[in-house]
Amino acid sequence: MRVWVNDVAYELEPRPGEMLSDLIRERLGLTGTKIGCDEAECGACTVLLDNRPVMSCAVPAAKADGRRIRTIEGVASQDRLHPIQEAFVALGAVQCGFCIPGQIMAALPLIETKPDATADEIRHALKDTLCRCAGYPTIVRAVQAAGEAMRTGAPIDPPELPQSETTEVVGRTRPRPDAVAKVTGAALYTDDFRYPGMLIGKTLRAGIPHATLRRLEVDAARRMPGVRAVLTAAEIPGEHNHGLVVKDWPVLVGVGEKVRTVGDAVAIVAADDEEAARRALRRIVAEYAPLPVVHDPVQSRQLGSPVLHESGNLLKHIKVRKGDVAAGLAEADLVLDETFHTAMTEHAYLEPECSIARPLPDGRIEVVVGSQIPYADREDVARCLGLRQDQVRVIGALIGGGFGGKEDIAGQIHAAMLAQATGRPVKILYDRHESLLVHPKRHATQVRVRIGAHRDGTLTACETELYGDTGAYASLGDKVMTRATTHSAGPYVVPHVKADCYAMYTNNPPAGAFRGFGVTQSAFAIESIMDELAGRLGLDPVEIRRRNALRVGSVTNTGQRLTESVGLVECIDRVEAEMRLRAGGDPFKPRLVAGRPNLRRVWGFAASYKNTGLGGGAPDRASAEVELYDDGSAEVRTSSAEIGQGLVAVLQMIAAEELRLPPDRIHVLLSDTDLTPDGGPTTASRQTYVTGNAVRYAAEGVRQAMSAALAERFDCPPDQVRFVEGLAQVDGQQLAYADVVRMMKSEGRQTRAAYEYWAPETQPLGTDGPIHFAFSFATQAAEIEVDTETGEVRVLTVIAANDVGRTINPLGLLGQVEGGVMMGLGNALTEEFIVEDGRVFTDRLARYRMPGIHHTPEIVSIVVEHPTTDGPHGAKGVGEIVSIPTTPAITNAIAFATGVRIRRLPVDQDWLALEIARRGDLPEADPC
Amino acid sequence: MDWQNYLQPEGVEEALAALQSANGEARLVAGGTDLLLDIQQGRQPAVETLVDVTGIPELTTLTIEDGFAKIGAAVPLAEIADHRVLQERATALTEACGLIGGPQVRNVATLGGNVAHALPAADGTIALMALDAQAELASSGGREWVPLARLFAGPGSTSFDRRRHILVSFRLALSGLREGSAFVRVMRPQGVAIAILNMACWIRLAADGSIEAVRLSCGPSGPTPRRCPQAEKALLGSSIQEIDWPGVTAAMLEDASFRTSPHRATKEYRRHLSGVVLKRVVTVALDRAGQALEAG
Repeated sequence: MRVWVNDVAYELEPRPGEMLSDLIRERLGLTGTKIGCDEAECGACTVLLDNRPVMSCAVPAAKADGRRIRTIEGVASQDRLHPIQEAFVALGAVQCGFCIPGQIMAALPLIETKPDATADEIRHALKDTLCRCAGYPTIVRAVQAAGEAMRTGAPIDPPELPQSETTEVVGRTRPRPDAVAKVTGAALYTDDFRYPGMLIGKTLRAGIPHATLRRLEVDAARRMPGVRAVLTAAEIPGEHNHGLVVKDWPVLVGVGEKVRTVGDAVAIVAADDEEAARRALRRIVAEYAPLPVVHDPVQSRQLGSPVLHESGNLLKHIKVRKGDVAAGLAEADLVLDETFHTAMTEHAYLEPECSIARPLPDGRIEVVVGSQIPYADREDVARCLGLRQDQVRVIGALIGGGFGGKEDIAGQIHAAMLAQATGRPVKILYDRHESLLVHPKRHATQVRVRIGAHRDGTLTACETELYGDTGAYASLGDKVMTRATTHSAGPYVVPHVKADCYAMYTNNPPAGAFRGFGVTQSAFAIESIMDELAGRLGLDPVEIRRRNALRVGSVTNTGQRLTESVGLVECIDRVEAEMRLRAGGDPFKPRLVAGRPNLRRVWGFAASYKNTGLGGGAPDRASAEVELYDDGSAEVRTSSAEIGQGLVAVLQMIAAEELRLPPDRIHVLLSDTDLTPDGGPTTASRQTYVTGNAVRYAAEGVRQAMSAALAERFDCPPDQVRFVEGLAQVDGQQLAYADVVRMMKSEGRQTRAAYEYWAPETQPLGTDGPIHFAFSFATQAAEIEVDTETGEVRVLTVIAANDVGRTINPLGLLGQVEGGVMMGLGNALTEEFIVEDGRVFTDRLARYRMPGIHHTPEIVSIVVEHPTTDGPHGAKGVGEIVSIPTTPAITNAIAFATGVRIRRLPVDQDWLALEIARRGDLPEADPC
Repeated sequence: MDWQNYLQPEGVEEALAALQSANGEARLVAGGTDLLLDIQQGRQPAVETLVDVTGIPELTTLTIEDGFAKIGAAVPLAEIADHRVLQERATALTEACGLIGGPQVRNVATLGGNVAHALPAADGTIALMALDAQAELASSGGREWVPLARLFAGPGSTSFDRRRHILVSFRLALSGLREGSAFVRVMRPQGVAIAILNMACWIRLAADGSIEAVRLSCGPSGPTPRRCPQAEKALLGSSIQEIDWPGVTAAMLEDASFRTSPHRATKEYRRHLSGVVLKRVVTVALDRAGQALEAG
């Protein structure tokens, strides 16, 4: 067959079963085309076939015979980005970057033939090209800006966002340093790495939720052609279990041991190619004796329930106690008692898990992986392989989204075992099906709330009881459910609080970290019942929140006195003002839509808070190094994960501010356990604050070293040395940093500084001390449209105010806000990871629907800055808070529109429509 | 996936011969957006030979002639959805085709594939039913035109042997004076992107504005895609003001047997929706027929 790819002709032999994506990635080595699902759902693999976008994972390669293919690598001309690429970079449409080749290829024919395409036309063209960072509004703007540039030749400008006036770099819009590689297809994610002699690793999964493994026969598989190793639990060199907190997750289930979830690994195979590995898996015989299945956390806690672990089914009973809740409820004028359910949900980052392990010549093992916690990977790999930690090197590749789902071990240990056994590089890439089955999810949670208030809305007491489904293994379940519990009374002053949470093991896939870290679940419950309280008391939903809102000086429900950086009231005020401006009349009274008697629109409101950092007494530290090179540039080194959130830009900007260097002179090296010190886990919205500070102080150390050296050389006090734009000014002279570095080196001085930053100490829950060193606050208002006949819900507008302490990069912050809102919208309306009796129904992306570009409302971001004392330039966490209030803002609006209170997520339009029909009456609405 | 042979014949007879002479499992493939995934995920048996019909000119041609459209079975859905004449005169079909999959899928997926998949709620099929389309089937015995409804034997199964027959094209009369059509579906925001209820309607108005002829189809209302004869009868002769919606809905519930599909829709919801969607699709079709009346 003959194909033209990016205008180069190739003569190729057809191969059986080959898809166009295989041909492009594997045979031609054009790895810019990404595989997100391999089931024609996500659009990441989009290429142009005769100038029409197609999903290359679903097109047989043979169909390309005689035709022209254009991939992301063929978009830029030799020395210039295409305007669409430029616009994606400048406007901040690139985050993790994994979907970006697909977005660009899907939009390209439209914008090339119709540069004045409307936003609707762009959304239409991108309808099935998913972005989990979900910067959809910015993607639309970027495509439009590209069209504008193509029509007029005008330069592409960054968006107009509020800029800092007090700092040179921090607080000013900056495109991400990694964006250009991500728009050209040059960016390498783990699956894009190639090593000579690399084997393909695959994992045999139990496929049964609860059982004893009776028999395992692997000899026949071992003898198959092309098979290089088949390993079982018997061949694990070191410890048999891994886990971030509790080591309860078997690397491989051994004969006589228990399978606790369908995704449990039973055997691993390394073979010359994918097909040989698959054939080998099919040849392995595994026999199980099934055990009764524990399928929900309430059942799990009942007496007589089957027991999963030796420690029992209770992972943790978490308690919050403040005051006397019985007395508080007794003094209330109104007490409500309701129960809410949230679904298990899936991160669905577009890049499935991938690990490549290879033996190094010195006998060590190297693992390339996109991980949120590289040092924890190193520890678990070393433990399970029976190696010292320094015998394992973990190198971070680019990460195509994480959201908490890449904190746990996926294939790292397996790949390392196979590499050790075969002496060759081994890649383990999960397909989407395996990814869905295996990695930890968001905890499905049942939350019962009893809440009391005076007639004026002042809260008197809040009692909550939570059941969290942590699935088969602990993962971060205890921490996640602790956060759910401590935040379960909302961002309010409540004199009497009692909260009990039971984090329970079940035979469902494990649950762990997921953006929001438990607070997403409890916020839905408390924010729903706050609206119900307001309704029953005849109060305005905004007013009841403002009345009870945490302020500086307030004491939280865990007994922590807030001493600074509590921007909640400002968030409430500013969202309210914007909402009332747009609504005209009462925002919470439904309005009809002209000519569409079945539709009504209304607003909903919610507030939330979320800790920054690990908290609860856990030491929270990060290390970083900053080094000035003799060309006057600098490098920042730390092991922290860039998962799309924009950390590289943040660290670069913080260092630039300290070093007085232009940011593009600073290279940020992340996540190589041989070269970069530990930045700690990328979790709990902590990286900007904790690692940001480590970088800040390390950079400050370098600057001070320069000051000291120059002061000595020029015999002046150090404070008379000035640094401006990469130049040192001293004694009336100007020296380029390159010269300063050379001078320092000739004097035997270091131009490098390391810093280990320890975040302010926190106290364990139950001690009344500060359990967190900072909280972020947020308020959102969502305007929705409900079709009262079909139950369909559409979100039209979301106004989001976030108190982030201090903005580091306005462009990155906008991406976080848009993506957070979209994820919250998905949590409310589209997403449900369905497990029945321990078996996963949503085992394909086609069955798990995340929001697409057509779900995107107008998103209005209001940035509120109540700085922290210790955060870098006052910053605190932002990654999670942006997503938390969206769901209850939407469901509260549904209640105003229909009179029906949503108590179970996601919103079931089937149930909603029937409930509306059953009641037969709708709340009074204003004419349009 | 592990097919061994991927054949790209240039004519229908060659394709038929290839299907019949192939060793092992052989399947015809057009866009492949459903079939290949079904094979890969084990919902359809593995195949040894795929016979790709998208290079056969007869199957990829869309012609408008004498008030009829003839649409090759392997014409991509995007081409149908974007076709100006069809948008005007076979609106139900272009609306349905514009809703199947996303843009990338519609650039390769075909109407023939939508029909041959034989799902009771296939959007393209439901639209073709209301437009009273005929299908051209080729076999070694020659060609025959059959009404669309006769192609289906049950959910996912066709009445013809897919190894001995090829769907060549569809033919339908374009709407003319006082005629109009529409397609409406309701989706569930969670889970698989298959309509939980869809309907298509074609209407011809009498000179006085009453319904002179009507065809209504609804999926999934039974094991195969179906028309709704009782509801059609109940609509006949009414003008928009006179339609007895509860009566027509009751008639449609006699036609349709709605079921609960786990994780997609309850039977009760489908029954509830049927009245809603019925009213919407009929109203739009009526409106279009009325506009065609004014334009005429």
